[in-house]
Amino acid sequence: MMRALDLARRRGAQYADVRLVNDRSESVSVKDGLVEELASSESEGLGVRVLVNGAWGFASSRNLDGAEIDQITAQALEIAQASSLVGGEKVSLGPEVTSQGTYQTPYKIDPFSVPLDEKLALLLKADAEMGRVQGIRTRRSHATMLKVHKQFANTEGAFTDQTLLETGGGIAATAVGGSEIQVRSYPNAFARQQVTGGWEQLLRWDLPGNAERIASEAVALLTADPCPSNITTSLILGGSQLALQIHESCGHPTELDRVYGSEAAYAGTSFLTTEKLGNFKYGSPVVNLTADSIRPLGLGTFGWDDEGVPAQSSPLVKEGLFVGYLMSRETATQLGRTSNACMRASGWNRIPIIRMVNVSLEPGTWKFNDLIADTEDGIYMESNRSWSIDDKRYNFQFGTEIGYEIKHGKMGRLLRNCTYTGITPEFWNSCDAVCNSDHWVMWGTPNCGKGQPAQVAHTGHGAAPARFRNVKVGVLK
Amino acid sequence: MIDEKEARKITEAILARCKGNPAEVTLLTLDTALTRFANNIIHQNVAERDAEVSLRYLIGKKIGTATTNRLDQAGLDELVRRAKTNAQASPEDPNYPGLPEPAAYQHVNSWDSNTASYSAEKRARAVGVVCHVAAEKGLIASGALTTGSGDTVVANSQGVFAHHSRTNADFQTVVMSHDSSGWSQGSAWKITELDVESLGKRAIDTAERGHNPVKIEPGEYTVILEHYATDDLLSSLNFYGMGAQAVQEGHSWMNDRLGQQVMSPQVNIWDDGCNTAGAPLPFDYEGVPKQKVDIVKEGVVIGPVYDRYSAAKEGKTSTGHATPITFRGFGPIAAHLFMGPGSATVEEMVQSTQKGLYINRFWYTRLVHPRECVITGMTRDGVFMIENGEIAYPVKNLRYTMPYVQALANVEAVGKTAHLLIGEFGGISTRVPALKIKGFNFTGSTV
Repeated sequence: MMRALDLARRRGAQYADVRLVNDRSESVSVKDGLVEELASSESEGLGVRVLVNGAWGFASSRNLDGAEIDQITAQALEIAQASSLVGGEKVSLGPEVTSQGTYQTPYKIDPFSVPLDEKLALLLKADAEMGRVQGIRTRRSHATMLKVHKQFANTEGAFTDQTLLETGGGIAATAVGGSEIQVRSYPNAFARQQVTGGWEQLLRWDLPGNAERIASEAVALLTADPCPSNITTSLILGGSQLALQIHESCGHPTELDRVYGSEAAYAGTSFLTTEKLGNFKYGSPVVNLTADSIRPLGLGTFGWDDEGVPAQSSPLVKEGLFVGYLMSRETATQLGRTSNACMRASGWNRIPIIRMVNVSLEPGTWKFNDLIADTEDGIYMESNRSWSIDDKRYNFQFGTEIGYEIKHGKMGRLLRNCTYTGITPEFWNSCDAVCNSDHWVMWGTPNCGKGQPAQVAHTGHGAAPARFRNVKVGVLK
Repeated sequence: MIDEKEARKITEAILARCKGNPAEVTLLTLDTALTRFANNIIHQNVAERDAEVSLRYLIGKKIGTATTNRLDQAGLDELVRRAKTNAQASPEDPNYPGLPEPAAYQHVNSWDSNTASYSAEKRARAVGVVCHVAAEKGLIASGALTTGSGDTVVANSQGVFAHHSRTNADFQTVVMSHDSSGWSQGSAWKITELDVESLGKRAIDTAERGHNPVKIEPGEYTVILEHYATDDLLSSLNFYGMGAQAVQEGHSWMNDRLGQQVMSPQVNIWDDGCNTAGAPLPFDYEGVPKQKVDIVKEGVVIGPVYDRYSAAKEGKTSTGHATPITFRGFGPIAAHLFMGPGSATVEEMVQSTQKGLYINRFWYTRLVHPRECVITGMTRDGVFMIENGEIAYPVKNLRYTMPYVQALANVEAVGKTAHLLIGEFGGISTRVPALKIKGFNFTGSTV
């Protein structure tokens, strides 16, 4: 790493940083009583980022020998010089970053130390429990483990060494009847609840103990009443669905690179332009959103981001008022602030870009049962099935796996093919109740796409069920 | 690029470590660079050199897989150890058909040296032209130009050895004003077939024509879809149901429709991995030669594509559409799709429309329900009202929720020119024309 930094410095780079990353993963999948996949993978390499004439260059290689490191460093310098041909403002990074230290994700049981037989036994047991339910067409269960060892150094004197550990998994049952197809997943949509932590984090969800119930729900959904079409009603979202709502309509629009147009051609821009900072009513007073990289279990929890900025917590929305962005060193400097550690790369072969850390809705005061009892007429929806939002993050439409009618303060009939739609600020301003910390869970979203070349990030979203008034539901055709 | 001799050396070294045990090796190499611009300047400019080797290790019908990018001796030793450990832990899969025997595949050229060696400076100068023209007109250009090369190698202990080298180039741009935008994209395996300047001008023109968009009411409209939007139709139908596994699991739009006329007779869809008008790869990730497969012929659903696993379930043979080992759970996929062109130009489609919408592109489209392939998404980067056979005025973006099977049933005209687009995931390509479709269902509008 120092070889690359020295060479970059000697060749005139104003700034350079290097990441040496080794990713190791294991995946175990069971389908209909058979092992679908038992796989492990490893990837390692080095990425060099340099600033020359105020413009960026980045090159990377899997090959770690000295000559190759020299070659990719020279390539990064050449690319930076080419970048400067098209002109523009010179990049400024603000205060120097000189972080030093090590970080390790806390865990009880290293998932890579758990014997494969034990992992398979857990999944096969869950599969068998789903198989007890008549009418299930396809059963899937899986577990995923990821260990990332990452070293970072820059020309300002930073050197950090961190090992991040993730564990995830879940089950899904698909029922098919006539022209209807219904899927139920547990504990999160697409059968994937993932957090930073050890094997104990998957065990806590008791996949076998919930498998028969989940499969029964999938079968029951085949003949459930359809979600009422194109009506406006009160909507209570369960935690995992709300997590994705936060991801799409709070996390992405607060990314400052989108606000500045850097993602215009791919991920889109944002309606949260900088003149709104500190004076835009994003939501109702019960809406408090936080960006943090220190809260336990979150997929956005670490020691330092990929610019060496220490993990931290900062408000995005305070009692409904929009007060903060997700920032990098470069964008924070443009705004006159300092970075809140949101710069992350999906691997050694990608340049860091602004990514959500843990963007969470802080808990409110309601008990879940009291919230239902307080709702005269509405729908409860849970577990995401589809998600779509426009390029400025205004107009969204979500579908969920399951719904229940709420009448006179009680959960009523089961509803299938539920959808709801809205406009982001109107939706969050209609939020009048958030459940308390007893119901608050750190959910994982390990499939967030952004950047070119494509990068898949892992993000965390803490959420408890919440109620929204006057929401349009039931758009299916 | 790794030549055939070196590719054999690497795969043989891995198979030798398996000591006569049945095994399959896939080697993918990548040497790619991307120049990304926004606000009329280059803001991200990157290069990557990587290789990924995957091993499927068999003990009878017990299967273990492992993947690494470490090609040194220790890395390969570890790869084999992990794959073997996984196979030992795995129960038997009675449905696994075993490794394929060698079969001749068609050698197809999709390598271009100019594309492989295209420099950062050339990319910068190419995108610089678009940035300068946009800036001169008071517009903001963003986008990316990619050039690269790679190799795909599949070998197994039965004697299969397949090797293909390819290059690729892609340019895409969004050009924006304060109230409008335009999009264009082009893909090729030869950089000289990518006219970056003219693609940039196309997006600039759309953005210039899009000022002062009018908000219109949602509802059913006749639409003229540019080929970018057609690509979304075809790709969604592919992703949600053109593979045999989806049909076997009962969640494909093809279920209960095989042999039936469910789309317009003007709709023809096929997959052809050997056609150089696409982005060819003449064999799949099991080393099976790719067959040309008719998927929809004159509106009739012919059938899905197969890998060996899904084919064995029906007593059929693979059509050569296996996905990489790391995507095994997804099942087979059509990776080289074509939609047959028709006889109309986009201008003629507009002229024949009394009232309708011209749509450049769809955005953030997702499956709402699998049976009819019901998709929701937004329009983006150029929507115009058509009145009395002419583009009348720009309109604000709309949300639609539309069964894509129904959309292709409602096709009234197919464009005479098809364009190649290479997707970012797995190099899946489509060659698609513009379409005129009646009764397209819009369910909301943006602010």
